[in-house]
Amino acid sequence: MTSQTTSKGHTLADLVQHDRVHTSLYTDPAIFEDEMEKVFANTWVWVAHASEIPEAGSYKTGYIGRQPVVTVRDRKQQVHVLLNRCRHRAATVCEGHKGKTNSFVCPYHGWSYSLDGALRGVPSPESYGDLLDKADYPLVKLRVEEYAGMIFATFKDDIEPLVDFLGPAKKWMDLFMKQGGGFPIKVGGEHRFRFPGNWKIQLENTTDAYHFPLVHKSFLSSVDKQTEEMLDFVEGPGFVEDLGNGHSVMVMIPDLVDLEANLDAPIPERFAALAEELRADYPEDQVRRIVRAVGGSGFNLNIFPNIACSMAFFRVLRPVSVTETEIHHAVITMDGGPEAGNRARLRMHEHFQGPMGFGTPDDSEAWERVQKGSNAGTDQWILLNRGLAKEQETADGRRSDVSAETGMRAAYRQWKKLMTA
Amino acid sequence: MNIELLNQASAFICQEADMLDHGEYAEWLALWEDKGLYIVPINPDETDFANTLNYACDDAKMRSLRVARLGSGESISTSPAPRTIRSVSRFRILADDGTTVTVRCAQNLREFRKEIQKHYTANLTYTLVRTGDAEGDSFRIQQKVVRLLNASDALQCIGYIP
Repeated sequence: MTSQTTSKGHTLADLVQHDRVHTSLYTDPAIFEDEMEKVFANTWVWVAHASEIPEAGSYKTGYIGRQPVVTVRDRKQQVHVLLNRCRHRAATVCEGHKGKTNSFVCPYHGWSYSLDGALRGVPSPESYGDLLDKADYPLVKLRVEEYAGMIFATFKDDIEPLVDFLGPAKKWMDLFMKQGGGFPIKVGGEHRFRFPGNWKIQLENTTDAYHFPLVHKSFLSSVDKQTEEMLDFVEGPGFVEDLGNGHSVMVMIPDLVDLEANLDAPIPERFAALAEELRADYPEDQVRRIVRAVGGSGFNLNIFPNIACSMAFFRVLRPVSVTETEIHHAVITMDGGPEAGNRARLRMHEHFQGPMGFGTPDDSEAWERVQKGSNAGTDQWILLNRGLAKEQETADGRRSDVSAETGMRAAYRQWKKLMTA
Repeated sequence: MNIELLNQASAFICQEADMLDHGEYAEWLALWEDKGLYIVPINPDETDFANTLNYACDDAKMRSLRVARLGSGESISTSPAPRTIRSVSRFRILADDGTTVTVRCAQNLREFRKEIQKHYTANLTYTLVRTGDAEGDSFRIQQKVVRLLNASDALQCIGYIP
């Protein structure tokens, strides 16, 4: 957007109030264009988990906003995030989602780059005479930092270090990674799907406990009584906490915040057979630790703008257009852990997540209907005032009940900060 | 080429397709072996389904839960239910050990729901167990693998049994 005033006469700053946001945040193509620049090209954006690029030459392609990038591990184990575009005439130098390579070679004229992005070779260089110094044309490299195996990149050299950006979110990341059950955690594949709606609708959903009993009624009908009771958390003792910089945590099941605590508690009925199978290879204390980890964490950590550590998986969000969003649900397994435990994780993920899960399609339908309904009215607002009445200051930020819209307010406050800077 | 076996297998698979298109889920569940697996993999080349992430990897319990969900009225993505019409063709017997028959065929499925028609194409591979029954339902399904043509891409949600 070239001016700060929208077609409805609001300024960009007016569109985000403390208790509501304007519907144009879901529908205005000019705002979306602005977001690609002021949000996605202007902050730390998650690109990969370290386990997705385990060895020298391992790469993963992806996007920061709409810009194609490659995340790659070089021979010295250093991770680089490179713009996926040849410096000659812009063709992408790497296709495919994940893989392993020795170098990146442009398919158009054969310019070749090493794993750290350096331009190594140009076919038939004579025609350039002395006009082309290879040192001037590496693949464009982004700033990369890593915390708890989570790799983030940014176009900005002058913003705060990643650890400062994450702030209090770090301790929740540490807790989340305990679901390795004593093993390193590993991304074990992912479901990828698209829905016809704005990316922020999905961003909100990861910190929305309010929808769960209604939208996921058919999922709740498909699990055992004990699990159903565990997931009956909307009026329970959980909470949502604003962690600053747009991040928030929603604790649905307080008992499952620390997966290494309460190891003496009875093993839930649904894991009894798994525990018995594990006892053949592991001592009882390790069995309990693994089983508890397999069940997943009791919270969703929403890290602005594109990644969430959500109960037992990573939720990755990719804006495609103002009315289209791609979501990845990456399953987390125990690297080197028991196959039986990992199989249980895979089957649990398939049960709820992905385009054929018992949960995701209903979420997707709800988001689609938000987008459709957003076309109604000329100057309407999205209400975000749930839980505001009881919200209280904490050491890390602000906290309210588990179904409060505190996390959404946190995300939009950061959105406003970036968009109006 | 064993034309009689090809006819038997293709008749069985066409009947299964017709059941799924017409919501005859109780009859569909009865086509399965108790230990049978219904699998929709992400990578079409995958063979180790148990130890990889799939879109679906349903044992008997999950199949019946999936069917119950589709008919429950509790799921907004399946109410209204999508309508589907699938064509199955290009049948080929890949193996026959006298007890089980492995059959591959092509499936073209069109889905319509709420203003949008979608098209999913898949290779289907069946492992069928002979029941020794001469009455027409001469097989039980031991395994059905649905390899969607675009399985490795980002999909849209699927609110039926492909």
